[in-house]
Amino acid sequence: MSQTDIEIVVEDPTAPEDDSPSVVSTRTIEIVVSLLLLTLAVTLGYDNWRTGISWDSTGPEPGYFPFYLSVILGGGSLYGLISALLSQHGGSETFVTRAQFRRVLAVFVPTLLFCLVMQFLGLYVASFLLIVGFMRLVGKIALWKSLLTALVFTAIMFVTFDVAFDVIMPKGPLEAAFGR
Amino acid sequence: MEAFGLLVQGFGILLTGKTLVLMMVGLVLGIFVGVLPGLGGPNGVAILLPLTFTMDPTSAIVMLSCIYWGALFGGAITSILFNIPGEAWSVATTFDGYPMAQQGRAAEALTAAFTSSFIGSLVAVLLITFLAPLISSFALKFGPPEFFAVYLLTFCSFVGLGREAKHKTVISMSLGLLLAGIGMDTVSGNLRMTFGSAELLRGINFLVAVIGLFGISEILLTMEERLALRGHAAGISLRVVLAVWKDLPKYWVTLLRSSFIGCWLGITPGGAIAASFMGYNLAKRFAKDPESFGKGRIEGVFAPETAAHASGTSALLPMLALGIPGSGTAAILLGGLMVWGLNPGPLLFVEHKDFVWGLIASMYLGNVVGLVLVLTTVPIFASILRVPFAAVAPMIVVSCAIGAYAIQNAMFDIWLMLGFGVVGYVFKKIGIPLAPFTLALVLGNRAEDAFRLSMIGSGGNLKVFWSNGLVGSITTLAILLLFWPLIDRLLQRAGLTRQPKTAAG
Repeated sequence: MSQTDIEIVVEDPTAPEDDSPSVVSTRTIEIVVSLLLLTLAVTLGYDNWRTGISWDSTGPEPGYFPFYLSVILGGGSLYGLISALLSQHGGSETFVTRAQFRRVLAVFVPTLLFCLVMQFLGLYVASFLLIVGFMRLVGKIALWKSLLTALVFTAIMFVTFDVAFDVIMPKGPLEAAFGR
Repeated sequence: MEAFGLLVQGFGILLTGKTLVLMMVGLVLGIFVGVLPGLGGPNGVAILLPLTFTMDPTSAIVMLSCIYWGALFGGAITSILFNIPGEAWSVATTFDGYPMAQQGRAAEALTAAFTSSFIGSLVAVLLITFLAPLISSFALKFGPPEFFAVYLLTFCSFVGLGREAKHKTVISMSLGLLLAGIGMDTVSGNLRMTFGSAELLRGINFLVAVIGLFGISEILLTMEERLALRGHAAGISLRVVLAVWKDLPKYWVTLLRSSFIGCWLGITPGGAIAASFMGYNLAKRFAKDPESFGKGRIEGVFAPETAAHASGTSALLPMLALGIPGSGTAAILLGGLMVWGLNPGPLLFVEHKDFVWGLIASMYLGNVVGLVLVLTTVPIFASILRVPFAAVAPMIVVSCAIGAYAIQNAMFDIWLMLGFGVVGYVFKKIGIPLAPFTLALVLGNRAEDAFRLSMIGSGGNLKVFWSNGLVGSITTLAILLLFWPLIDRLLQRAGLTRQPKTAAG
């Protein structure tokens, strides 16, 4: 195949390797998820049973509809659990490889920190930190580019939501210092 | 021809400077979202929904639906130039679109894709214009039992006709219905499933869940992939556009067939993905030389794109007429309607004429403007892919957080969004479909209310769902669809030859 006019090339230096070992198999995750869903179904089912699942003079009690849904959910997850336990050959499929998992954590952990920091510093400062940190540390992009991108993006968000559309976001000490 | 007069009135509402600007903004944002990896129609609409909270409903829906049209157009760009389907429904477009780009016919392929998208949408909008008012006026006679039967039909057809493992669809749906029930019970005022938590009192907001499920989880999934890409850049000249358009009439059968498939699958919950593949496969089967498909044949672009767009557009028909969304994105738009204080359902056509006809008019105008926009700006949008994902990912996270917080001004919702992000990631990887969950979450309370009202009316007798011909046939159809895989197998075992699968759509 001739590739004469390729003009856009983007590299991914930290891409996960293809031969990375598996962390956990799909079968294990299916079993864990089924168990969690089953627990949820039992918990919700019990709570609805306490609320009342029978009929009174006006019709079904509030717990009636969700109780039977919990039963369906429980049935579905039990079926999923049993079929995952019984499947022998399908068990070797990889849910996530080590390299992939590292990359997923590389997004998830910063997102988690972002949500935490937001409570103290407000959304806009937290956004600025998230974008700079992520671009610099995960994307290995030059510091000045990261700073500039973060500043411009955060500023646009602030003007759009806070100034133009009056959508109020959590704010911290910095905004307070500027009297907004 | 009452519809025509109302449509003209709709255009009147639309042709104000402000609405036109919002339309352009929506389209540009939509194409942007469609081109970016890891963001698609439903994600884009969910994330950008908070922008519209302070607008009036008509401007809001015009902007949101334009984001949706834009995303549909944008998906084709990456499929053809980079062999990366920006959306699941543009996978079939890569089969012939990318080979065409390799042969230096990228401009031709792009023109074909955009034009056929436009044609598909147009057919679907025409259908909506003339069918939706009829269906909704028919549905005005519906009582609670009829509505519950229609909801039941929607849920059952997901289970019976979906391609995922049945128990996974059932899990996804019952989970969605259960989570919808959390909080204050609307009929009795009792609290349910809150476990004493003040945060759960408000219930689980549909949009927060959607932003997590589609926005955050999509980022996690995208990061798993190798994000390196190489592709062609192409500008489209007027000469190529005219050449492709001149040849269009030759392919009228393909276009018409794909439009029909798309409309059908869009109204039933089959979706744009199934439609695009079916459109492609049928075009191949009916071609005189099927082996030339996959090597850069223009029909291979026409067929899936027309079907995908017809389906994506016609998914709005049941949402407008009955208040039942035909796709994930339609479900999110429905969530938007509720935020803007409109009550979805057949009454919309009576009580909010301006809104409905403004929306329908915007479908026409949005597609025309969208077509012109993509044809002229492809090079700009293709170069968006040069922006590294490491810069895009945190911006998407921030947008998601803004969206989730803005809905109820609650910090708890941010954590909920994060939780749903993880749930969405795991569910997608083990094959639990998210569309039934989304649909169940948005329809849950309405389905339950309909059920309880019918029960109160009948004194607790389940026979109310077979009390007249209409509700009886809908309920029976729902149950047939639920057990369709079983029935299908039984029919085969009984020695009956397999009928052409018209019933399964």
